[in-house]
Amino acid sequence: MAHSPIVAIGASHASVQLAASLRQAGYCGDLVIVGAEPHLPYNRPPLSKTLLTQQVSFDKTLLRQQSFYDQHNIQLKLGARVKSISRKSNQVTLDSDETIAYSKLVIATGADPIMLNLPGEQLEGIGYLRNYDDTQTLIPSIEEGKSAVVVGGGYIGLETAAALRKAGMIVTVVEGMERVLQRVTSPEISAFYTNAHVTRGVNIVTNAQAVEFVGQHRVEAVKCSNGESYPADVVVIGVGVRPNTGLAADAGLNVTNGINIDEFGRTDDPDIFAIGDCTNFPCHFTNTRMRLESVPNAVEQAKSAAAYICGEELPYRALPWFWSDQYDIKLQIAGINTGFDDIVILGNREDEQFSAWYFAGDRLLAVDAINSTKDFIKAKQLLSEGQSICKQALKQDNHKSHG
Amino acid sequence: MIKLRIIDADGNEYETQTDIGGNLMTVATDNLIPGIDAECGGACSCATCHVYINDPKQLQLLGEKSDIEQMLLDCLETKGENSRLACQVNLTDKQDGLVVHIAPQT
Repeated sequence: MAHSPIVAIGASHASVQLAASLRQAGYCGDLVIVGAEPHLPYNRPPLSKTLLTQQVSFDKTLLRQQSFYDQHNIQLKLGARVKSISRKSNQVTLDSDETIAYSKLVIATGADPIMLNLPGEQLEGIGYLRNYDDTQTLIPSIEEGKSAVVVGGGYIGLETAAALRKAGMIVTVVEGMERVLQRVTSPEISAFYTNAHVTRGVNIVTNAQAVEFVGQHRVEAVKCSNGESYPADVVVIGVGVRPNTGLAADAGLNVTNGINIDEFGRTDDPDIFAIGDCTNFPCHFTNTRMRLESVPNAVEQAKSAAAYICGEELPYRALPWFWSDQYDIKLQIAGINTGFDDIVILGNREDEQFSAWYFAGDRLLAVDAINSTKDFIKAKQLLSEGQSICKQALKQDNHKSHG
Repeated sequence: MIKLRIIDADGNEYETQTDIGGNLMTVATDNLIPGIDAECGGACSCATCHVYINDPKQLQLLGEKSDIEQMLLDCLETKGENSRLACQVNLTDKQDGLVVHIAPQT
């Protein structure tokens, strides 16, 4: 097996970083990345932003050009799906029945959108947003002055709403819970985003679950659980994702809301690693296991796995961080606010430039920085180094500068 | 094609040729040059692609920094007058011969 390649399943942020880090660390054996999409690996965050509104060409979103893979001898098998992993013989089987032996296998299968499977979902003009082809399906229906309904008020839904609004559409967001972003942030930030969208002309409807899509061939309206019906020439559904763990589970690996790994990306099979959105990992900062949908998380886990494969221990202990771009509002999040009991707001919400500092007792957990990159960087440094910040002093600072 | 010389924080030198139209971050990551983490993929969000352009003339030829780039740079202890974020440096034929020093990791 010593001469078999390292094989990565999934061709996105995690695998590309893995390949780069392996080569950087001096691994010179064969390296194969198998990806289901036919395209070169690309930057996924623009899918709900500039790619959807065609403000950026696909070529500009490629993670690396073809020459990179050629130069570093990284073999891409695109448009190919792995259908099974054989741990006994250390090989994967593709849907074409081709088999590839591996010395080490890295599962980076990401996550797929949760499908609503509602009546009428097959109508034209309705789509999800997980890959480039999804944007191509939706783009012909995006037209100035026409109506759009976004199902789901999470970050992807709100980013999409902002993009469609900027493209001149009449946009309604329908969210099943009491407030937008309920699963991921505080009521303060939810209220801020609701207001930001409403003042820019987006209709935000909460406590409303989509129940049916109405139309002949094309979608015409979305019926909701509140009894209302919202006109729609295009519908984008963004109600969360599920990790792609089927291959790992079928192979008998340990899976609980993601493929279970340690801080080196190891699964319970010494020859199999997993990285990125599909993993459930021990978070150094919260001391809990979790799964994240995040580019920096994928990239950092890839670095740890690559290092381990090359005989170096580089545990994944980077601070989780996230960003979201909507209109001219840049949100940067450092840390994870789960379990907070107090928030200190610095700056001015009306100016759309402020930061929310989340505490559990006196311990800083996370910061949401809105158009406040300085606060984000400061928080990222503090949290990464495990330093605390005096909550009272922070409150007084804010009082002094804005009192 | 333009030629670039990139020197990492440990003093290792990389000579590279690249097409115009791309940005400096991509050139560094494509050549596996250590020190450019490019965590955010070029969204100007993370300040992990900090470089120095020591030649004032070359620095000037890169044009003005955006407010957001300036703000990110201002957060870095290692920032100097010659600092740029590589993801915001677009490469044109004016950048032929550009010499880039990668900032130390903070």
